[in-house]
Amino acid sequence: MRRWITWSTGFWVGLFAVTWLLSSYSFQLYKALDARWIVRFPKAYELPTESRISALLDWLVDSAHFVFFTFRDLTRAIAALIEIPYQFLRNLLIEGFQSGLGAEAVQIAPSLSWIAVIGVAVLIAHFARDLSLGALTGVCFLYLAVFGQWASAMVTMASVLIAVPIGAVGGLLLGIAAYRSPLFEKLLRPFLDLMQTVPVFAYLVPVLILFGFGPVAALVATVIYAMPPMVRVTIVALKAVPEEIKEAGRMVGCTRHQMMWKVLVPSASPALMVGVNQVIMLTLNMVIIASMIGAGGLGFDVLASLRRLDIGGGIEAGLAIVVMAIALDRVSQAFASRGVHEHRSGSYLKRHPWTSTSFAIIVGTLLLGQFIPAVQTYPKDLTITTGPFWTASIEWINVNFFDAFEAIKLVVLQGLLLPVKKFFTGIPWAWGIIATGLFAWKLAGWRMGLMAMLFMAFISASGLWGKTMVTIYLCGVSVFLASLIGIPLGIWAAERPRAGRVILGLMDTLQTLPSFVYLIPVVMLFRVGDFSAMIAVVLYALAPAVRYAAFGLREVPAHLIEAGRMAGCTPRQILFRIKLPLATPHLLLGLNQTIMLALSMLVITALVGTRDLGQEVYIALTKANAGQGIVAGLCVAFIAIIADRVVHAAADGQRRRLGL
Amino acid sequence: MTNQVLLDCRNVWKLYGARAETILQENDCPDPEALKAAGVIGAVRAADVQINRGEIFVIMGLSGSGKSTLVRCLSRLVEPTAGSIQFDGIDLLSASDAELIEIRRKKMGMVFQQFALLPHLTVLENVAFPLDVQGVDRKTREARAREVVTLVGLEGRENYYPRELSGGQQQRVGIARSLVVEPELWFLDEPFSALDPLIRREMQDEFLRLQNMLKKTIVFITHDFDEAIRLADRIAVMKDGAIEQIAAPEELVLNPATEYVAEFTRHVSRAKVIRAKTIMSPVTSESFAGEVDCRATVESIADQVEAASGPVRVLNNGEIVGQIDKQAVIDVLVGRK
Repeated sequence: MRRWITWSTGFWVGLFAVTWLLSSYSFQLYKALDARWIVRFPKAYELPTESRISALLDWLVDSAHFVFFTFRDLTRAIAALIEIPYQFLRNLLIEGFQSGLGAEAVQIAPSLSWIAVIGVAVLIAHFARDLSLGALTGVCFLYLAVFGQWASAMVTMASVLIAVPIGAVGGLLLGIAAYRSPLFEKLLRPFLDLMQTVPVFAYLVPVLILFGFGPVAALVATVIYAMPPMVRVTIVALKAVPEEIKEAGRMVGCTRHQMMWKVLVPSASPALMVGVNQVIMLTLNMVIIASMIGAGGLGFDVLASLRRLDIGGGIEAGLAIVVMAIALDRVSQAFASRGVHEHRSGSYLKRHPWTSTSFAIIVGTLLLGQFIPAVQTYPKDLTITTGPFWTASIEWINVNFFDAFEAIKLVVLQGLLLPVKKFFTGIPWAWGIIATGLFAWKLAGWRMGLMAMLFMAFISASGLWGKTMVTIYLCGVSVFLASLIGIPLGIWAAERPRAGRVILGLMDTLQTLPSFVYLIPVVMLFRVGDFSAMIAVVLYALAPAVRYAAFGLREVPAHLIEAGRMAGCTPRQILFRIKLPLATPHLLLGLNQTIMLALSMLVITALVGTRDLGQEVYIALTKANAGQGIVAGLCVAFIAIIADRVVHAAADGQRRRLGL
Repeated sequence: MTNQVLLDCRNVWKLYGARAETILQENDCPDPEALKAAGVIGAVRAADVQINRGEIFVIMGLSGSGKSTLVRCLSRLVEPTAGSIQFDGIDLLSASDAELIEIRRKKMGMVFQQFALLPHLTVLENVAFPLDVQGVDRKTREARAREVVTLVGLEGRENYYPRELSGGQQQRVGIARSLVVEPELWFLDEPFSALDPLIRREMQDEFLRLQNMLKKTIVFITHDFDEAIRLADRIAVMKDGAIEQIAAPEELVLNPATEYVAEFTRHVSRAKVIRAKTIMSPVTSESFAGEVDCRATVESIADQVEAASGPVRVLNNGEIVGQIDKQAVIDVLVGRK
């Protein structure tokens, strides 16, 4: 046992020392040997993946022909299929129904009035849990009306209402197929991995090329982004249905179909609702990004304000998204944990109080709206705008604290960011491949080591080594800081229940914020650059570190803590000798989530001027170069997959060692 | 009556492991060592069970003895590796999926250890579920479900959800659900093991009451020997996947076939098992101080015999077959041979 420890420590020290030496002196080595290949992958051997992918897409769009239809026909058919219900919802929620086009348009029926939408939202929330959730939802929606975000919010709502059912039902069906056929699950798994790790920007371009600029393309991209967790949740939830319930279903003579729809899916429905909640949150997360390819709505407002540097407008629209996210998140969570529903008897009105009240509100406001315009649309002169306030306060902060912020920024840049950046970008690509292989092999076995080497070789051969190293450096520093802040917060939350409620509640809210929103204040205070990117990433990736630490500590079996107390441990000893060691698997899983979130956020921070893979993807997006975007996206995905597998292996190993 | 035996299971094997399929082709009856050498786990080995119509047949064994696997083989929830199972003249193992669904819908019922109620359905809907699956219309199936709910003593709780009920009540729902189709063969897989001792006792009484009314053919699994002797007409004792002995409770106690069975029965209160006809002696007395049935357990007659002024006569269907005196009863009670 002792010898193993020394060998292992020696391995890590050695690996680091060699890497550090090579990183520091690679340039001298190249000069001394006159071998440029040491620092730069030879251009002649670079893979033509980029142009191949672009060519494939061109071929698909221009000349792909199936027996009866072209590929174009297919994408058009899908587009039409999505367009019709989407347009209907837009008409229903905001635009009203019209016949005829342009100036000759005649209104047939008005849209739902703002009062009706709020009323129905409150009723749904009340149905899902109780009056207080109804009140919260009401306040959230009222905010949208009062602060003049109503029209944009309803456009966003329409796309959410389309994307969520498609994502949820599609995910459910794929999950069921995977549950039924292990082979299909095996085939699906790598696709899910890629869909969840390839940054969104990377597939915006192909979607754009296939479906054209507009809401439909945005919806397609949103569904691709939001569906994978639903598939996974479905598979896990169906597998988690107790064996006896499945046997009971078989013993009463269920057919395959009855088994699925009468036994498995209903039994798993609370878990499935968690998946639906995830779909909703991811859909909202996509709102701003999707507006880059034509989604409109609140996302477009945020993006436009950011481009105009209209701070107030950006914050206002951003807050509207946050408010919507909070309302939808709480309501869908309430559905997930919704328990017993009472049985009602009596007339239809009595049995369906929510449905009938909704109907009454809709009809009532429809009729009243004909005579009182304020019922139909929220009166313009009653809207409040906070834009100028935000602009003024940011200006005030910048005027008064500029020097302090600059000082902090400089210290962190000089003391932390730049040295780490120099270390990572200095590593010669050939050694980088080997070192990653060794790293993965040591933690996750030779199979993973081989895979890691292949991935890194692909990255080198794509000519993206330098940018990848910048990504790893930014991700590494951010994850380190997020853990440094998050784990103590998590410990604090677990040890002090009252503080815990506040901290975990804050983390819940942080997690419901769309990733884009984090950029707004950061850019305003620190302007562009690596430092701003890092802050945004740390904020975004903080939540899992806190949550998993708190969860892991709370999961430590009570009898072990009692045993420690009876052996005379001080609270400090209990924490460091019993709780933390036993919580390491959870801490590692939290680390894993932190890394994943950091990587996904990094791509978005390309907008504030980092020079990493995110920038590469973003350049591809602006040039509409599908090949370039996908290759860079794959590189990000590969890093994510290596990190994910290695950390999971480490957590599993730790769990085995602890006998959990 | 067409055939005394309702379920006839011969030489049933259930093996797990990579070589589970091939090992039985090489060797008809591999012993535990051979199985272990091949890396195969013998969950059920060479099980022979005949279950008669109307009897309560208890399969008894500790956890891991294979009793649950055996009962799942009998209902084909688990596919046996080898053997034959005849149910009411049908070869169960060659039945197609459709036939199997039909058999389970009409002729089998099963009660589970953890109740296995559907969490999203009310008591009434849970009980009516087997009929729902068969496509019976709502009105008919709910009427029938109501009858069974009343039968198990849960009237008034029809609209409760499982999580609102206590463990004992939940298992009553499980029992009601398995009885709603009036099955011929009733499987109960450790139905009372998850309940508190007091509730367990109450449920056993309830179970006996139901069986007196319904006269089903029952396969009952338990790890509790007291429960087994209380309920069983016959008991099969299992160990490491094989059946050690099949016998009536009294026979098991008096003549254990193996060391393992003897170990099990050693601490059983013999008065609960031994019946009057086993300890009676030939009729010698002229006058009797009372009478007992020859099938009554010693425990149930001890008080009467001990208080009587002389020997009591033992009756079999009204005919005198022997007599019992105080000494015979006391010998059993104090454990004298």
